[in-house]
Amino acid sequence: MADISSHSSQSLPIVKQKIGRDDWTMRAFMVVIAIYLVVALALPLYVMMSKSFETYRFELDRFEIQVDKGDGWSDVTTVAALNQQVNAIGADELATSSDGRLGITKLFPDFSFRSKTNYRLRNIAGSDAVFLIGSERVAHNEWVKLSSNDFRRVVLRPSPSTGFDNFRTYFSTPALFNSVYNSLAIAFIVTVITVSLAFAFAYALNRSCMRYKGVFRLIAMAPLLVPSLLPGIALVYLFGNQGMLKELMFGYSIYGPIGIIIGSVFFTFPHAMIIINTSLALSDARLYEAATSLRTPRFKIFRLITIPGARYGLISAAFVVFNLVITDFGLPKVIGGQFNVLAVDIYKQVIGQQNFQMGAVVSVVLLIPALIAFSVDRYIQKKQVALLSSRSVTYQPSPSKIFDRQMFAYCTVISLIIVTILAVCQYAALIKFWPYDLSLSLSNYAFDLMDGGGWDSYRNSIKLALLTAMFGTIVVFTGAYMVEKARGFENGRTVFQLLAMMPMAIPGMVLGLAYIFFFNNPANPFNFIYATMAILVVSTVTHFYTVSHLTAVTALKQMDNEFESVGASLKQPFYKVMGLVTVPVCLPAILDIWMYLFVNAMTTVSAVVFLYSSDTTLASVAVLNMDDAGDVAPAAAMGMMIFYTNVGARILHAGLSRLLLKKTQAWRMR
Amino acid sequence: MAEAQSTSGYLQIKNITKKFGEFTALDNISLDIHEGEFICFLGPSGCGKTTFLRAIAGLDIQTHGVIEQSGKDISTLPPSERDFGIVFQSYALFPNLKVRRNIAFGLENRGVSTPDINARVTELLELVGLPDQGDKFPAQLSGGQQQRIALARAIATKPGLLLLDEPLSALDAKVRVHLRHEIKELQANLGITTIMVTHDQEEALTMADRIVVMNHGVIDQVGTPIEIYTEPATAFVADFIGKMNFLPGQVAQSGHVKIGDISLAADTQGYAQGDEITVAVRPENIIVLEGTDKPENTVRVVVKAMEFLGSFYRATLISPKMGNVEFGADFSINMTRRTNIKLGDEVKIILPSERILVYPKGVKNG
Ligand SMILES: Nc1ncnc2c1ncn2[C@@H]1O[C@H](COP(=O)(O)OP(=O)(O)OP(=O)(O)O)[C@@H](O)[C@H]1O
Ligand SMILES: [Mg+2]
Repeated sequence: MADISSHSSQSLPIVKQKIGRDDWTMRAFMVVIAIYLVVALALPLYVMMSKSFETYRFELDRFEIQVDKGDGWSDVTTVAALNQQVNAIGADELATSSDGRLGITKLFPDFSFRSKTNYRLRNIAGSDAVFLIGSERVAHNEWVKLSSNDFRRVVLRPSPSTGFDNFRTYFSTPALFNSVYNSLAIAFIVTVITVSLAFAFAYALNRSCMRYKGVFRLIAMAPLLVPSLLPGIALVYLFGNQGMLKELMFGYSIYGPIGIIIGSVFFTFPHAMIIINTSLALSDARLYEAATSLRTPRFKIFRLITIPGARYGLISAAFVVFNLVITDFGLPKVIGGQFNVLAVDIYKQVIGQQNFQMGAVVSVVLLIPALIAFSVDRYIQKKQVALLSSRSVTYQPSPSKIFDRQMFAYCTVISLIIVTILAVCQYAALIKFWPYDLSLSLSNYAFDLMDGGGWDSYRNSIKLALLTAMFGTIVVFTGAYMVEKARGFENGRTVFQLLAMMPMAIPGMVLGLAYIFFFNNPANPFNFIYATMAILVVSTVTHFYTVSHLTAVTALKQMDNEFESVGASLKQPFYKVMGLVTVPVCLPAILDIWMYLFVNAMTTVSAVVFLYSSDTTLASVAVLNMDDAGDVAPAAAMGMMIFYTNVGARILHAGLSRLLLKKTQAWRMR
Repeated sequence: MAEAQSTSGYLQIKNITKKFGEFTALDNISLDIHEGEFICFLGPSGCGKTTFLRAIAGLDIQTHGVIEQSGKDISTLPPSERDFGIVFQSYALFPNLKVRRNIAFGLENRGVSTPDINARVTELLELVGLPDQGDKFPAQLSGGQQQRIALARAIATKPGLLLLDEPLSALDAKVRVHLRHEIKELQANLGITTIMVTHDQEEALTMADRIVVMNHGVIDQVGTPIEIYTEPATAFVADFIGKMNFLPGQVAQSGHVKIGDISLAADTQGYAQGDEITVAVRPENIIVLEGTDKPENTVRVVVKAMEFLGSFYRATLISPKMGNVEFGADFSINMTRRTNIKLGDEVKIILPSERILVYPKGVKNG
């Protein structure tokens, strides 16, 4: 029997399952969402990457010229040859950007637009070498005869080519290249500080019996609800040139690395705290109980059990913080002063100098550390998940007067700092004219009188947040459902998982710039969404896709895998199980995703700063622009509006969740 | 094995192979199941029982091979186009739907009117003995009750085939025994062809019409519980089901085996004189000689250990003439009392020739 089976199974055809209607439908959904991710992420990134290799040069040998000074046409020469004779245009002037224009009158030292001299110019490379007469574009290969007066208005346009020139320029321009060092240094310092502070905080929440843990936890989360640049404004009021506490700076300036570091610690604190808190909460209680019963001293337990147990959480938190800081744009923009970092460089190159190619180069440079941090984090997360499943015992700390008091004091200090920063912003928003007129007024809320879009930008932000939350939740959950529950189609699912993980590795600035390149191209069929609310929604959903996707996948993985098998055996379509069982059971996770997208859409700056139009100004961008224009107090006021809106949404979300859960989750009670 | 040409099989499985990458989980398996039969797939963990069941359901399709159900080739059909009901070890009841809705799930959207559905659900609740639990959520029921609901849900649509994957293994011992009988009775009443996966031999022996013993992705034996128990086709089956002593030996001459210096009459099957073999005998088939007559296959042994197991003693016996291999024998309480056998005694035992089985050499006690 053994022989028969061994050779017969070799030659047998492999059985392929017929694909049922449900399978087709699910695959179709998955493909649609995959296409969404390709169009909203992969293609724009690809276009951006290729832009970074695109260089523009004036190719002088592609133009031929003739002169008639009244004694007939001279011999035909190329502009390049002419330039070699007179040496009027230096090599560095030939390298340019896509917008470059080069006048050529300086090739003729005796040029005068009043002279009777005539010129003839033609390109000999077709549409690759174009020149303009005024604004008239000449792309054909015929001679064009020009009077001196016309010749004055002639400019050559550069030709594109591909190569590493942009990168060469980047790395040989210290002003640009220094940002790499600056960004890395800042991110590193902030990582060390934030992770230490957050670890101590999480340790206090987990291992002490101090009171008011719930309040501390709430306060620690507050920075999530404001744009990252808001602490910058508070720091200006506290330590700026006219700051309340500027003596504490001992002559140093808050504008620069110090400000960026303090502000970054503020806005990254909750992210690190959540991760470390989870890993502490999950670490094995049995070890602690054993150690405590052996009367092991607390510091020894800490060194031998706590730290190793939380190591994955610590590493993961470190990389998340590093990534957040190095990709953050709002804070260094507000308080960075002359101190250049990568994310701001992108903004400056694109918005300030309109040098899109160089913006793309900086983006590619910024992508590298972000990608590394992302991959390490993913790797660590996987390890921790494996660790997690086998554990269940949760640790119950026992009271210890001194220790609890120390921890309470520490958490109070941290919480006070967080509350102070928010309170300063609120105070600043209500003061008439700091520091000269300290009377309270609402004049700073007259946003319509300032740059930045006025109250409309606030309304737009809410609209964006609602649309992002609604549209995003549907897309993300559907995608996660299909990829988790579809049968077969392994390759398709792998590709989808990869696409869904990508957004987390892409800094917002990079995404925004990539969108400009991709959607602003008139040849793109999706061009119509450029400068609309739609592109803001698409970019925000994409920007925050990964975390939402992982939340949905985690919730789906917790469900019995056989629900779908049962549904199929009972000949019910998959959407019945999905609608009647999966979605209601996953409702808590769905509401969480909704909330996450809402809050982030309210606070995000980096991706949308390139994409808003005059009809779709946003509150978070308004904070940036008002601050930029010197209206710092209104900027603080708008920032606090975002904060209160998010607080309100959170409260609403909590109430709604409780209500819905009571209705739909009655089965959870026994 | 002769090719089964019967067309009467309700479910015909022909040369099924299932591979996970390089690993072969099912190796060219064939099996015929008759209408109304209760079949158990029995085998140790990881032998491929679940894989086999899921291939039959179409949940994880086989790599090669053909499956026919009532004459129709269903090899490539997705699960939703096959005719079966399934119950999982985890119950897989929809936690947010009440019990009635769970049972009604498969009856909806099939042109059955609501009153008919309700009547059918009530009937099923009664059938599984839970007439007044319909308005609870699954989490409010005990494990055994949940499994009955899962069963009711699976048979609600009157499928031709019922598949059960270790339905009882999450339950505690008492409920398990109770539910065994209920499932068996229900199955017999409905006459539904049923395949149940289990790694519990007692479950298989008490419930199955026929048992399919699996080992490392192949079927070692198919047979009724009695056949499997008394005539295990392979040493693996003999060892896996019940207790079995394995003793190294040779074929002395046709109809005789030798263990050490002792020669015993036995069916030597196809083995030739001088072949090295393993001789197998179950502990409960070893008889203590109480009279003075001297029937064949009598051996003098020493009682080396005696373990009280409630309804009988498990004795460990040893004989210098048999090469000092230890083997077990079950002594009834009655017999032990009567003969007053004690530790250290020398007794004569009979190894009945019709109870001696012969397997290839190298099988160890385990
Ligand atoms: N999806 C899979 N990928 C790879 N190997 C698998 C997969 N599913 C099962 N196997 C392997 O196939 C073999 C048979 O698995 P199967 O689940 O059928 O065993 P089983 O007999 O049901 O065991 P148990 O009694 O533990 O449920 C095992 O070795 C298992 O590791
Ligand atoms: Mg199994």
